[in-house]
Amino acid sequence: MSAIKSRPIYPGLKVDERAKRHLVAAEGEGALAVLEAFADAPDAWSRMTLLYTPGGSAPANHSETLQGRAPDAFHLHPTRQTLMTRLNALLDTATMGTRLYAAGVEGHIGEVVAAGLAHGVDHLSIRTEHRGSLARRVQCVHCKGFIDDVTISPVPCAHCGVPLFVRDHYSRRLAAFQGVSINAETPDEVPASEELYK
Amino acid sequence: MTIQFKTETFRDDFTFSNSPEAIHRFPFPFDKDEYMYAVNIEQHMPGPVKSAFEFPIDIDEHYVSEMKDRALVLKQDPLRCQSLPHMITAEWDLLELLMESMAKNYPEHFTLTRDGDSWHWVNGPLGIDQKFTFGDTSTLPYPPMEYITRQCQGDFNLIDQRNDNLWMDAGIVTTQADWSLDFDIGMNFMEWHAPVPLAHDIGVFDRALKFLLNLQQGRPVRRLNWTMTINPRLDTSPENYHKWGVDRTTVTPENVGNKVHLRVELQALWRLPRSNAIVFSIRAYLIKMEELVTIPKWGRRFHRVLRDLKPELADYKGLTRYRQMTVDYLSKFDDGAPTSPGFFPD
Ligand code: HEM
Repeated sequence: MSAIKSRPIYPGLKVDERAKRHLVAAEGEGALAVLEAFADAPDAWSRMTLLYTPGGSAPANHSETLQGRAPDAFHLHPTRQTLMTRLNALLDTATMGTRLYAAGVEGHIGEVVAAGLAHGVDHLSIRTEHRGSLARRVQCVHCKGFIDDVTISPVPCAHCGVPLFVRDHYSRRLAAFQGVSINAETPDEVPASEELYK
Repeated sequence: MTIQFKTETFRDDFTFSNSPEAIHRFPFPFDKDEYMYAVNIEQHMPGPVKSAFEFPIDIDEHYVSEMKDRALVLKQDPLRCQSLPHMITAEWDLLELLMESMAKNYPEHFTLTRDGDSWHWVNGPLGIDQKFTFGDTSTLPYPPMEYITRQCQGDFNLIDQRNDNLWMDAGIVTTQADWSLDFDIGMNFMEWHAPVPLAHDIGVFDRALKFLLNLQQGRPVRRLNWTMTINPRLDTSPENYHKWGVDRTTVTPENVGNKVHLRVELQALWRLPRSNAIVFSIRAYLIKMEELVTIPKWGRRFHRVLRDLKPELADYKGLTRYRQMTVDYLSKFDDGAPTSPGFFPD
């Protein structure tokens, strides 16, 4: 019963039949979630703007499969950052009837949801599915820097160097778990890191 | 009743202390010899004269020095004060609530003159004299929430209500017990309470939320919460934990009475008139063990509470490292005599 109360639930992608436009942001194995969810909705692809970044799944070549389904617009991005830049631009001009979807690792979903929030999209209206590794996006509470794809705890902050314990506390606005100094009370020792969120 | 404001610090040389009167009016949070989480909410009614509950907003001898400490925190870290854009009406509501309450109950220190939207606020202790137009942010040197809470003891959150939930959408948080406004802003009631152990499972938060969703205007409520702090430090934020956490290792049997503080939060909630938002005030009171045991009932009782506290709560509150040493110290002030019911000294 140790579910993290502030951690979002990702119920899975479900096509909104009534949407005029499907704005889909997928990362890595999230491609498979998109293919599965939209398999039974062939008409939807012609109203889809699909953004994809392969992440660690590049060898599987999901991008070709996605493109083969002929979405109305397809944007392939080298990184999550470049995908987010494009998504934010699309959200700036999105019209009524647009439905937002996110699939992939948790850090990616979180960033898409946070971008939606910043554009006035209710977070509960965003359809989400977690695929791929359990890596966490972490924010250092001390210097406020973000660290992506964290699989170990403690993790050294990539910005200020403080060794961080990753708390089970999640902020949707920041799309990140909270990292807090692990050795503030034992400055001379840093516990060994363990792989926790593979 | 003029308050003598003390000059003292909550950092570096830590000169903070309580006068005998301040000890006597300390909001001791235990009405029996044991403690567990509960939905401990009561009407925020005027309490005994001179107590911390006498007025809706309590101003005490630490006021001026606390406001100096808040200004220092904000200078170092502006993210301690944030407000989402839709909360501006609630900010004005808060300004009205605090100015009205302070001026009414402490007229020798604060005055408010209202002529329609033309307001005149005079804060004697901080030397502020401000004329402004209510509702027009350009007439104040800070946004309304920040303006008034730089002049009022306690942290504040402004809580929006929608979708049958409460959302922490604004706040000023510089004297907190180890939680981050910057991290929690935008969360709902269950989300920001996520790290609290045990309470979710025994239904405390479900019942508290249901109660608060029905909070009525003009019927504020309050509750007490507590933790412990090493040195009289107000800014025990997670942001600065890598700097103050080490204090917890400095407690010795010789200094425990002086270093270890009980930290009590008097939390009050008001429904606001224009915005329908809720104000959540978190007013922190500190008392060192040496001061606490000058009230025999409190020394006895706190010894028993701390000794028998559930380990999950001790861990969450960060007491584990110095708990036993404090229990040992307090045991010298516990003769085993029965304690009377209720919070107040005998
Ligand atoms: C709507 C106003 C409220 C706000 C903004 C608020 C905020 C918070 C925050 C930020 C924490 C710290 C969580 C952490 O560790 O990160 C906390 C702790 C807690 N809250 Fe609330 N809270 C509110 C109302 C209540 C109410 C009505 C109850 C009544 C049962 C309650 C019970 C608790 C308890 C038991 C804790 C743990 C405290 C400890 O052990 O030190 N809260 N609250």
